Amino acid sequence: MNPMSDFSASIPLAYPELLLVVFALSAAMIGAWFKDKAFHALSILGVAAIAGAGVLAMYGPFAPVEIFQGAMVVDGVAVFSKVLIAFAAAATLALGADHFGRVNDKRFEYPVLVTLAVLGMFVMVSAQDLITLYVGVELQSLSAYVLAAWRRDDPHSSEAGLKYFVLSAISSGLLLFGSSFVYGFTGSIRFDAIAAAVNEGAGGVGLLFGLVLMLCALGFKMSAAPFHMWTPDVYEGAPTPVTAFFAAAPKIAAVALMARVLYEPFAAMEAQWQQVVMALSAISMVWGSIAALQQTNLKRLMAYSSIGNIGFALMGLAAGGDEGAASALIYMALYLPTNIGIFALILAMRREGEPAETVADLAGMAQKRPFMAALFTMLLFSIAGIPPFAGFIGKLLVFSAAVDGGLIWLAVLGGVAAVVAAAYYLRLIASIWFAPPAVQLQAPSGTIMVTATAAAVLSFPILVLMLGAVERWVDAAVRMSF
Amino acid sequence: MEITLAHYLFVAAALFTIGVFGIFVNRKNVIIILMSIELVLLSVNINLVAFSAYLQNLEGQIFAMMVLTVAAAEAAVGLAILVTYFRNRGNIAVEDINQMRG
Repeated sequence: MNPMSDFSASIPLAYPELLLVVFALSAAMIGAWFKDKAFHALSILGVAAIAGAGVLAMYGPFAPVEIFQGAMVVDGVAVFSKVLIAFAAAATLALGADHFGRVNDKRFEYPVLVTLAVLGMFVMVSAQDLITLYVGVELQSLSAYVLAAWRRDDPHSSEAGLKYFVLSAISSGLLLFGSSFVYGFTGSIRFDAIAAAVNEGAGGVGLLFGLVLMLCALGFKMSAAPFHMWTPDVYEGAPTPVTAFFAAAPKIAAVALMARVLYEPFAAMEAQWQQVVMALSAISMVWGSIAALQQTNLKRLMAYSSIGNIGFALMGLAAGGDEGAASALIYMALYLPTNIGIFALILAMRREGEPAETVADLAGMAQKRPFMAALFTMLLFSIAGIPPFAGFIGKLLVFSAAVDGGLIWLAVLGGVAAVVAAAYYLRLIASIWFAPPAVQLQAPSGTIMVTATAAAVLSFPILVLMLGAVERWVDAAVRMSF
Repeated sequence: MEITLAHYLFVAAALFTIGVFGIFVNRKNVIIILMSIELVLLSVNINLVAFSAYLQNLEGQIFAMMVLTVAAAEAAVGLAILVTYFRNRGNIAVEDINQMRG
């Protein structure tokens, strides 16, 4: 196709990304003009723009269509992940706008940076060559560094930003070094050409080296152990709404990107990458469970919990085949609302204007704030994987994918890790219901309660009813994409 | 002696290793870490351009231009974060970046 007609054919398929670009650029302009008075308006518009991009993404085709001369692709997996990313980011942006409005930290850059990060994630999940992959990952990461260091006057926040920046820059270096080897040994940066070269037996050790480096870097971006060192510090140091954002949307983008890299260009090297992904999965599950046991800060605890959960999603990817990829994506979709709900409730835990985010602050919540306590309990049950909540169904799907893929030892290890992890979630629940009450927490805001209630409702009654539809959607998406 | 692809790859690998060591071994100053990150990214560029010339294929050089651009943006963001950190703590020694542990 000639470049002009390709360009005009690509535009309608790129509407979600274009909406985000237009919003981010014009919001930066409006913000520069009206300064921080524009915070509320831009936040509301930002939530609308991101959710709108999610709705537009929903109309994308499931059968792969390449756009911009093969730089990006719109297919089932991209559509599914974009919808999830958009709704996760919109929910966390709404929480953040509400929170920063209350603590009087109204800087208009917040919605702009969140929108740019979402744009980066959209590019990541649509990437069809190594340049697009790199640019997408960097757009997301650069916005995330700034968000982590959002509270300029707080040493913890700027330390979190600095640590995130340094460690993430190393992983970008690994990603690029790996990409350069993949390019050199296959002769192309395009995923389809790489796949063709791999099928013909190109590469050898050089290609394998490149692939392993790329997988390590992607493991870093999704905070899989042993590349998780940044996660607890960044989660603890960043402001809570920012942590909620980090814990939700970028994880889905990273898992979808990993699935695409494994199943598209390197499908023929499954025997090799399976070893790496299995190792990442096993170490993440075990370390995520064990290290969380002794945490007292809730945000730090949730950081280890997210490491463990990424381990479960990677188990699905390690299993290989359509079933494996579908189970990993469904796992992330089920984990997402629960996680956002828990962070909304952590955000609600404040006392006299100061955050009260330790396990001890949960004590006796059942007597002081029974509704919050009930929501917290439901969400913790879900994330611990106790039936019949969403988290249990997700774990069931990845375990059965692993068993079908012949990785029985990994499934058994996952089962043990899930039991250990359940211990620390149950410790929180015990503290909520049975510990003598601590000092009363502040009344939570309406936005927080709506988000947490919606998350709790999604984690049990609605999702169980809709599960069949979600599974069919994801199965079709994966089958038609890979 | 003719300079072959292997020579370029060796130089790039050496620079990459120096960069990574500079990040992990250095305990003094965050600025040195930023310099090491630049070194890592530039070693990747040598790789890309060498492969591009060897394969007679332009994609690698385009990739190298993108890496240069993003590296500049990354350095700008990194320095900005470093400035806020310095304002809060009054120094940028690597061994003092340990307010959070556990």
